[in-house]
Amino acid sequence: MFGKLSWAAVPLHEPIPMITSVVVVLILLGVIGWVVAKGHWRYIWDEWITSVDHKRIGIMYILLGVVMLIRGFADAIMMRTQQAAAIGESTGYLPPEHYNQIFSAHGTIMIFFGAMPLVIGLMNYVMPLQLGVRDVAFPTLNSVGFWLTAAGALLVNVSLFVGEFARTGWLPYPPLSETTYTPGVGVDYYLWAVQISGIGTLMTGVNLVTTVLKMRAPGMSYLRMPMFCWTTLASNLLIVAVFPILTATLAMLTLDRYFGFHFFTNEAGGNQMMFVNLIWAWGHPEVYILVLPAFGIFSEIFSTFSGKPLFGYRSMVAATLFIVVVSCMVWLHHFFTMGAGPAVNTFFGIASSVIAVGTGVKIYNWIFTMYGGRVRFEVPMLWSMGFLVTFVIGGMTGVLLAIPPADFVTHNSMFLVAHFHNVIIGGVVFAVFAALEYWFPKAFGFRLHPGWGKAAFWFAFVGFWVTFTPLYVLGLQGMTRRLQHINYPEWAPMLYVSVAGVAILVVGVVCQVIQLLVSIRDRDKLRDVTGDPWDGRSMEWATPSPPPMFNFAVIPNVEGEEAYWGIKTRAIETQRLGPEPVYKPIHMPLNSPVGVITAFFASVTGFALIWHIWWLVILGLVCAFAGFVWFAWRDIHEFEIPAEEVARIDRARRAARRAILERVAREQGKPA
Amino acid sequence: MSDIVPASVEAVRRVREDPHRLGHRGHGEGAPVMGAGHGETGPANSRIIVGYGFWIFLLSDIVMFSAFFAAYAVLMNATAGGPTGRELFELPRVAIETGCLLLSSFVCGLSFAASVAKNRLWTQIFLLITGLLGATFLYLEIDEFIGFAAQGATPQRSAFLSAFFSLVGLHGAHVFVGLLWLGTMMAQVQAKGFSRMVQHRLLCFNLFWHALDIIWVALFTVVYLMGAAT
Amino acid sequence: MKLIPSCKPGASGAVSAAAAVATLLLGGCAGGVMDPKGPVGQGNRQIIVDATLIMLFIVIPTILLALWMAWRYRASNTKAEYLPYWSFSGRIEAVVWAIPILVIMFLSGEIWIGSHRLDPFRPLESDQKPVEVQVVSLDWRWLFIYPEEGVATVNELVIPAGRPVHFSITSSSVMNTFFVPQLGSMIYAMNGMVSQLHLQADQPGEFRGISGQFSGDGFSDMTFRVRSLPADQYAGWVASTRGAGPVLDQTTYAGLTRQSRDTRPFTFGAVQPDLFNVIATRQAPPGPGPVAQYGRETTPASGEN
Repeated sequence: MFGKLSWAAVPLHEPIPMITSVVVVLILLGVIGWVVAKGHWRYIWDEWITSVDHKRIGIMYILLGVVMLIRGFADAIMMRTQQAAAIGESTGYLPPEHYNQIFSAHGTIMIFFGAMPLVIGLMNYVMPLQLGVRDVAFPTLNSVGFWLTAAGALLVNVSLFVGEFARTGWLPYPPLSETTYTPGVGVDYYLWAVQISGIGTLMTGVNLVTTVLKMRAPGMSYLRMPMFCWTTLASNLLIVAVFPILTATLAMLTLDRYFGFHFFTNEAGGNQMMFVNLIWAWGHPEVYILVLPAFGIFSEIFSTFSGKPLFGYRSMVAATLFIVVVSCMVWLHHFFTMGAGPAVNTFFGIASSVIAVGTGVKIYNWIFTMYGGRVRFEVPMLWSMGFLVTFVIGGMTGVLLAIPPADFVTHNSMFLVAHFHNVIIGGVVFAVFAALEYWFPKAFGFRLHPGWGKAAFWFAFVGFWVTFTPLYVLGLQGMTRRLQHINYPEWAPMLYVSVAGVAILVVGVVCQVIQLLVSIRDRDKLRDVTGDPWDGRSMEWATPSPPPMFNFAVIPNVEGEEAYWGIKTRAIETQRLGPEPVYKPIHMPLNSPVGVITAFFASVTGFALIWHIWWLVILGLVCAFAGFVWFAWRDIHEFEIPAEEVARIDRARRAARRAILERVAREQGKPA
Repeated sequence: MSDIVPASVEAVRRVREDPHRLGHRGHGEGAPVMGAGHGETGPANSRIIVGYGFWIFLLSDIVMFSAFFAAYAVLMNATAGGPTGRELFELPRVAIETGCLLLSSFVCGLSFAASVAKNRLWTQIFLLITGLLGATFLYLEIDEFIGFAAQGATPQRSAFLSAFFSLVGLHGAHVFVGLLWLGTMMAQVQAKGFSRMVQHRLLCFNLFWHALDIIWVALFTVVYLMGAAT
Repeated sequence: MKLIPSCKPGASGAVSAAAAVATLLLGGCAGGVMDPKGPVGQGNRQIIVDATLIMLFIVIPTILLALWMAWRYRASNTKAEYLPYWSFSGRIEAVVWAIPILVIMFLSGEIWIGSHRLDPFRPLESDQKPVEVQVVSLDWRWLFIYPEEGVATVNELVIPAGRPVHFSITSSSVMNTFFVPQLGSMIYAMNGMVSQLHLQADQPGEFRGISGQFSGDGFSDMTFRVRSLPADQYAGWVASTRGAGPVLDQTTYAGLTRQSRDTRPFTFGAVQPDLFNVIATRQAPPGPGPVAQYGRETTPASGEN
């Protein structure tokens, strides 16, 4: 009846997962109880869960990403403390079967359910606003994509309480991940969680590529797009090109595990090297899927806070596309030590280093964007400067790892761990924090408290270096990664320093949380009434904060690069706004529960597949198909916002703009 | 805000600081086409967006197939002492399968022409023939699989057979999903006529069905023709 | 280019605090890859040092330029010129593309030469015949077979100093990486495949060996000791080991493939001649993996044969 599932799957005798699960369940019940008691259920269902508005979906993606980032950080704290505690005779507090789940979950969660939702959420929120359009190409598909990602995240977290998670690392290399060597449900949780969220990501990729290529405001030609839209396009092109490889590879491993196929097994001619090749053919571009949007974010921030256009815009576009192409030709550098021979290693080593040309150009372009500027050190700019310093060093160690003979002694070592945290934290996480500070007022109508933001930055920056510099050293001392127990006491000092760094990072995280709470408390003081709190340059700042559901009352006509800057300069010079447009009714897509319903059946089917509950698998699939047909039968897909409503909202926006004009005029000493 | 320069001054400074306008550039040549989504004229119309998006999805699907093709190429000779392709494949059967699928694609194209002409009867007839040809293809394929299994050539037998069954089976699964979709579309055409939504979906279905054909041509060549030759 | 601080204690009379910090940061004295004891490790280290210096030559000025630029053009510095539309300069663009391209071209040369010179499959230049050692990674131990000497060891590798060693490496079950940081390059151990590795210890000494590829619950303690002995002592060790202790054949090997976290070293006095070939060509069954079937299975604390 319930396949492999029984009470034995619940870890009643293990305190850490048990306490965590009880606390999480209590918090969830508390939140749900509060929502129901306060009567907010209707609002949450109508305005969020079934919303197809790209802004709402973007915010939900970011919320998911932030929660998972904290979850993954908790794993990280356990890993660092376990390694510091388990030296020599001591065995620490996490036995291998538990520790191995933690590092696997840490990697899986941080990449698939932390970084990806954060980056996709930002792209979702910002890109249509920057392009001057009202939504993405396929709003309902967008909702489905988000909810599938959430379903994957749910499955990973369920594994904490029911059964176990994979103990094979965030990329389950066979034959270790085959049933012979890992018979439990852990790898199955991994497989189905990643498959389900991967399908969601692919949908987003298709959606956002189509949006950028086919849905720009009039006059928004390619070379007038803000840099963030370019990097969004680049990142989503990569998603479309490589996520299917991940799907295929994990499907092969699934066939091996479920039906005894022999893709990667030790028997009957299976080939484990093929898994390693295929998974990295996805895995390396994945890094650029994350970091390219981060580059876009920094481009926006450097330009805005320097009060200047981005230096070398076209060179930046070229560098971005260059990285897209080359990133698909470097995967072998993840396993130079497989023995492919000097010619192959040389090719992939040089190809990997060549990517540094693209990133190097970007670094210099950001530096020269500041040249001749008026640089304001607001919090987003601090994160960006922190990124420049951190990422340059991360890039340097990356090129070092791309040199095969150097990789021969640093492969899979703590040096590697330090390197990829250096680029992913220094690149992606810093970018996300910068972006959250930067676009938060746009999304919620008030700024985040700058003092706490600065404190969070400095703790994170210092904490990062104190945590990861020792890991570089440990790598050079010959320490390999994923050790649950340390046999060599000489490594202890550096492991202790690293724990101290984690403590500093914890303070940084606490500052972030306090910043959010303080900002909500002081929201009236931090209110952004103008819609343009940072003196911005791209179209999202032309809307009020938060933007209305339809983004733009009238689709703007873009007459140059830095669309909003041009409009703003002209308004200030002529001391008046453009003439009031003729308002027309706007058609917007209807809300749809299809996303959350699909995700529900996906979760149920996934869970049933993990535990081999076959009748539930079939039921889930049939219901999912029925859901699609039911959705396809809907006749009404859009609703109309009447012209008067549009006019009312847009007149309020114009009034706020006029107020800016008057203020600027006063400051410039001219009569209003 | 205080640093904002008036537009006239802006123009002068632009010329001074960027004389050749190399940092910025206007539109390219050529007349913009309304609704094509070329940037100059605003968002494309919904038909183009839907078709374009679906093409992108199909490209990603082809990438997924390419991963299975790659796996097949790697494992082609890993027969582990089991049967080889040469011993198993019956080319006449596969030729009939190929004929069914190619013909169904042609008829599918006819159905699209009929749907553009908003002729419900002919649309339904052509869609039905498409479906029947697809079902025949699927029947022949499943029958082939059963025959292989009866000879002991199951996917568990060797890595070669794992790769073979996965690659061909994945295509078969696509055809199966296509048939489900086709049935749903026939019901929609009957119930709803040629609404804008239904026409968009028929367009996507056509793209999907033709893409399956393209993949089959590659599959027929790489798996069956090359497999039977060596 | 000897740029790594000397590691010998008291080598320099006045050890400044800066040098101490640098030493700590580089980890040179800790028996790691920056303290190599053989030609391969020295080659690896040389490349790391050279490449780092080449890149630091660019990276440090870049960081300083970034900080200077941000400081110079800070909003409160009204003395700095303000160019609100300056966004292109052909000359700067050329330099900006040229710097990374030149650095990478330079490094590409290093990659090309280094990859060929330090290819793990390439035999070392030496007037002595290399020692043949066949390595099998087990769950979770290391088996070293000396086909010419007819002995085998578990979790202890004994090699003669000053003579190249040719390792043939395979795995009984899952993927592992054979890694002796002080001797240099690592390489994967994979079931059904044989990787080659040539290393050499210049001097007698003891080094750490470790696995670099996560291989399951017992992975952390999958360490082994490497003893490099002078030629005569090595011959003595072979003589005393041969004939003593159990015989390694397919039956005893099957016992070794069972999962075990007992890391104590021991030796075999005789070895079935073609055993490594049998293992590498998958004629011997692969490691059986965990014994119990469900997720939280217990691994026997010692699967000693």
